[in-house]
Amino acid sequence: MANVAVPTHEDDILIQELGYDDHFHEHHDEDKYQSGFIGKYIFSMDHKIIAKQFLITGMFWAIIGALMSLVFRLQLGFPEEDMAWLKPILGQWITVNADGIGALDPQFYYALVTMHGTILVFFVLTAGLSGTFSNLLIPLQLGARDMASPMLNMFSYWFFFLSGMIMFFSLFLSTGPFSGGWTAYPPLSALPQASTGSGAGMTLWTLSLVFFVVSVLLGGINYITTVLNLRTKGMSLWRMPLTIWAFFVTAILGLLSFPVLVSAFLLMMCDRGLGTSFYLSEIFIGGEALDHVGGSPVLYQHLFWFLGHPEVYIIILPAMGLVSEVLAVHARKPIFGYKAMVYSILAIGFLAFIVWAHHMFMSGVNPFISNFFVVFTLIIAVPSAVKVFNWITTLYGGNVRFTSACLFGIGFVSLFISGGLTGIFLGNSAIDIQMHDTYFVVAHFHIVMGIAAFFGMFAGIYNWFPKMYGRFMNETLGKIHFWGTMIGAYAIFWPMHYLGMAGVPRRYYRFDSFDTFSHFSTMNQFITVAAIIVFAIQVLFVINFFYSIWYGKKMTTRNPWGANTLEWTTPINAGHGNWPGNIPSVHRWSYDYGKDGKEFIPQHYPMQEGETEVH
Amino acid sequence: MNVAVNHPNSYRNKIHPKKFALWTACISISMMFAAFSSAYIVRMAQGNWLEFPLPNWFYVSTATIILSSLTLHGSYWAFKKMKTGLYRALMLMSFVLGCLFIYFQYLGYHEMTAMGAHLTANPSSSFIFVISWVHIAHLVGGLGVLIVAMLHAFMLEHKVTPARKLRFELTYTYWHFVDILWIYLLLFFILQQQS
Repeated sequence: MANVAVPTHEDDILIQELGYDDHFHEHHDEDKYQSGFIGKYIFSMDHKIIAKQFLITGMFWAIIGALMSLVFRLQLGFPEEDMAWLKPILGQWITVNADGIGALDPQFYYALVTMHGTILVFFVLTAGLSGTFSNLLIPLQLGARDMASPMLNMFSYWFFFLSGMIMFFSLFLSTGPFSGGWTAYPPLSALPQASTGSGAGMTLWTLSLVFFVVSVLLGGINYITTVLNLRTKGMSLWRMPLTIWAFFVTAILGLLSFPVLVSAFLLMMCDRGLGTSFYLSEIFIGGEALDHVGGSPVLYQHLFWFLGHPEVYIIILPAMGLVSEVLAVHARKPIFGYKAMVYSILAIGFLAFIVWAHHMFMSGVNPFISNFFVVFTLIIAVPSAVKVFNWITTLYGGNVRFTSACLFGIGFVSLFISGGLTGIFLGNSAIDIQMHDTYFVVAHFHIVMGIAAFFGMFAGIYNWFPKMYGRFMNETLGKIHFWGTMIGAYAIFWPMHYLGMAGVPRRYYRFDSFDTFSHFSTMNQFITVAAIIVFAIQVLFVINFFYSIWYGKKMTTRNPWGANTLEWTTPINAGHGNWPGNIPSVHRWSYDYGKDGKEFIPQHYPMQEGETEVH
Repeated sequence: MNVAVNHPNSYRNKIHPKKFALWTACISISMMFAAFSSAYIVRMAQGNWLEFPLPNWFYVSTATIILSSLTLHGSYWAFKKMKTGLYRALMLMSFVLGCLFIYFQYLGYHEMTAMGAHLTANPSSSFIFVISWVHIAHLVGGLGVLIVAMLHAFMLEHKVTPARKLRFELTYTYWHFVDILWIYLLLFFILQQQS
């Protein structure tokens, strides 16, 4: 055991001398859950393993979700082409006519769009992003042995897994998965007879998401408790890296908004199964009047978007946190305006709860109420702009190392600006009359919270891969991945703005049958081809990821990026408990780069005589 | 197993992390009911709202659950004072009262149905059914916790250790929470009916 042996590494000596002794070694041998393969890698309670579980499960779902988008992009780009070659995979969902020309079933097209949204928003960008990095970094960067409750943490992952299994199962139903859009608005979602996907598909969809919420809440409770209770000695809130601030606020957002989604779903389940009328009123199906009277579909929208809007910040805040850290480390400069960054995270977190109706400007919400939501929506531009300004000024004049991680960080800033600017258009209820439900919206949210969040995630993966696996990912492949994705993502989504401004509506099965939109066919083909290329580049990333786990360049030093945060003080392949001996204690914030002529001064280094704290 | 918090020195805050986590969970659960409450208000404002008095059994069940909170707290007091018999008896009583609460709610549902305010009559009655079901679901979780507490009370030797004290405190915190949650819901229904 390392704390028995005389420490030789410089960090170990420092931690041994100045660190905090929590008598960890006395318990180490009793960690019976760490013995054996199943306890160590499957039902693990080690936050580092759970982080990897979230990441790899998220990657699995990202591939499924992306493949779905390719199928519907093929339909949109080449509606006349023969799709019979997909029949071996999609079976009944490809209908082959007498001439042998195969076409995608329209019902399944909607199912694909719905599942693509659900999977990407919840499974990939919530669980895969926040789940991975909150788990990995919160204990490591705060100097904690593990989460407050490793057991709940393990459950958090397995509820996510269960939720994923149910959703996966729903893909193979003979009636197809749910197809009413990822927002699941009633009546399409509340009436089993509304469409084929609204039957068993919707039941499983709801069930899956309820389990997903359980997973998010178990995780969130743990993250908040750990941040507030288990920080190491000296780690005041104002010394926490911005990653932790972001994960912390993200967890609070999830904790306050996801239960509202469950409430909305429970009322929906009652409408579906028990004949209540929370969301249904005066509906005719097949010429027959249903019993449901007195419900309000807009009520569901309110409840849904009370989660739905914070959800987009649940997705983007962790990415922002990761990018802030990655940019500071790779620019070799302190993050510009640390406190402004923290306050803007908090401001975004607060504003997240009072803007939800901007998703409903065209749903019959009172225009005077819309004004209120317009104002708060536009105010979000302020903290967002503060953050963008600070990222750029962090890079400005820095000794920037253009690693893959850093490139993805810079790419994130670019995408966040592009996507954020179109948000200002959409946030105005008057302009939204023209823009709503068009490809302009699709372009906006894909850039600002889809691709941008992915870039944050990639920045995080390239940067912390050595921490996770003790090896590096291939940098050349990483750079190809970056440039291909960066150019490709803009190639996909930039043209969509033009489509949207021309009024092309989203969620349509094909446009060639409309004279108004048929002249966009080449643009749609271009988008589809770009999407295929970008997907191929992601395959490259997946190969790089798995190849590097086993064959990547080995880590020889603990702190390859020269970062200040505590995770780089642990041994290269740290066991459960993270530090073999004492926990490092913290003496400074995490952004002492280029201070007093030193390139970087890690957080566990004591203050020198005459040295003053930067902030 | 619990490398992070089992050792008393590994945290220095006044509140135990597990207690803090429980409070956080309670806030989260409260948000669910806040959502129900606001949905109720929004829907009520839209009209077509059947009015009916709350069932009398709801008041009986409220008294029951308040009593169970008191007995559980009494049991905690007896636990600390080493009065083993009282500790066990009051614990059992809390559990029985908790079960009775569910039964009285059930009688309340019958009362509502009898007056025509059945589950699907109107959103006004549907809301009361569904909200109180979800409350019962959370109360059942509390009963599960009480079963574990009773197993400890009846099977283990009566000793006041920090770990057992903490466990008891977590138990009664949650039990009081579901109790207060129901009182809030009842007051909410009463106030909405009067408005």
